[in-house]
Amino acid sequence: MPRDPKKKPLTVDQKRYTEMVRDLVPRPPYLKNALLAYLFGGLIAVAGQFFTDFYRLALKVSEKEAGNPAVATMIFVGALLTGLGVFDKIARYAGAGLSVPVTGFANSIVSAALEFKREGLVFGIGSKMFMLAGSVITFGVVTAFFVGLIYALFVL
Amino acid sequence: MGAKRAGKQTYKPDSPPVIIGAAAVVGPFEGQGPLKDYFDHAYTDIMAGERTFEAAEREMLLNACFTCLNNTNKTAKDMDFFLAGDLLNQTITSGFSALELSIPYFGIYGACATSAEGLALAAMLVDGGFASFVLTGTSSHNASAERQYRYPTEYGFSRKPHMQWTVTGAGAAIVARDGEGPRITAVTVGKVCDLGIKDPLNLGAAMAPAAADTMVRHFADTGRGPDYYDLILTGDLGKFGHTLAIKTAVSKGGFDLSKNCRDCGLMIYDTETQDVHAGGSGCAASAVVAYGYLYKKLMRGELRRILLVATGALHSPVSCFQGNSIPAIAHAVSIEMI
Repeated sequence: MPRDPKKKPLTVDQKRYTEMVRDLVPRPPYLKNALLAYLFGGLIAVAGQFFTDFYRLALKVSEKEAGNPAVATMIFVGALLTGLGVFDKIARYAGAGLSVPVTGFANSIVSAALEFKREGLVFGIGSKMFMLAGSVITFGVVTAFFVGLIYALFVL
Repeated sequence: MGAKRAGKQTYKPDSPPVIIGAAAVVGPFEGQGPLKDYFDHAYTDIMAGERTFEAAEREMLLNACFTCLNNTNKTAKDMDFFLAGDLLNQTITSGFSALELSIPYFGIYGACATSAEGLALAAMLVDGGFASFVLTGTSSHNASAERQYRYPTEYGFSRKPHMQWTVTGAGAAIVARDGEGPRITAVTVGKVCDLGIKDPLNLGAAMAPAAADTMVRHFADTGRGPDYYDLILTGDLGKFGHTLAIKTAVSKGGFDLSKNCRDCGLMIYDTETQDVHAGGSGCAASAVVAYGYLYKKLMRGELRRILLVATGALHSPVSCFQGNSIPAIAHAVSIEMI
């Protein structure tokens, strides 16, 4: 019989204790966190819109085409702030507001690259860079495949 | 049962070994905390002048060891054994430090309970007649632990209220057969407890039952109650773990610890102004408080009898990802001025 620790039932003592812990340890301030995330996420969206408009006017391209350099700029800013050691301090307060947009993706890659730089180019940066972002890429590709499949079957 | 035994898990030395010297060094953040005057050295740089966090941690452990040797006018050659452990994979800090010190070395691992484990084993070696001088030390570094157990240091996320902050620092002590100083009068070796906590960010809750179990065992084995001690010091349970341990001690053995029980993780930082959420953790938490603050308090005669109950969570990121709950251990060492 496979013994999966995830399915192992708790003993009476364990159950009683985990309930005691649950009652004692406060939940994170969800409302405050959500409001801060909303505020910071909104600010990032405003910055993104600013760069989109800027590139649209400066490069005289369509709004859709201006999106690419705007995203690249946001990634650059996220990476730069990570390198300067500021990103994690802001993210303490901003939470998901900073990590869900593309700035968070940049942070996850750059922070890992910085951290493992000392283990060398190949075994450090090369292999550890995507340790956090790897699952975003994996499941992004898988989702894209299925969405593409549905599109091909039903829309075309 | 041997003659040196008391009860099921407690060992009482015939001639209590002496802690003839102790030293604690800490990182810059700990150097701003409320215990800053009790540390032998506070680094101004988290890298301690080294290239990597791991090397910085090693530098801190070596500094603590050499400071301790200097304080007692001893050299590494006088030591019969070096007992050390840390949090990094394969306890590299201790192994590499042992290379520098060139003292016969036992690597030990009790996670954050390593300080008490080292003291307990050192006391046994000395009292058993295997050694005259034993150097024991432990260390942890916020950044090296963070990147091994959690995320890269610059990764941004919002911290939960029950999270603890790994202490940067190292502590070392010399246990000897004769000399001046506080003596180790009893050692209670803990059993591993697992009460089903699976959240690796809530280690205080995972370790609290182990702390309570060892304390209750210690009181039962020695016949001493909590009132016997001026101070009972748990390792790094943090704000919620501390409350849970006190509650569990009442429910398990009816012992009231609310008067004289404090937690190293709560003493090392100012939880109001230093943003550490539930308090400090890591091997260094109990080590720097015991070898810095407590040792000086004992030597000045401000405290006479203390019980150090260092607590450790024996999980790894792998065991947690595979769905196991977190086993924990606590060892108790009774230190008295006699």
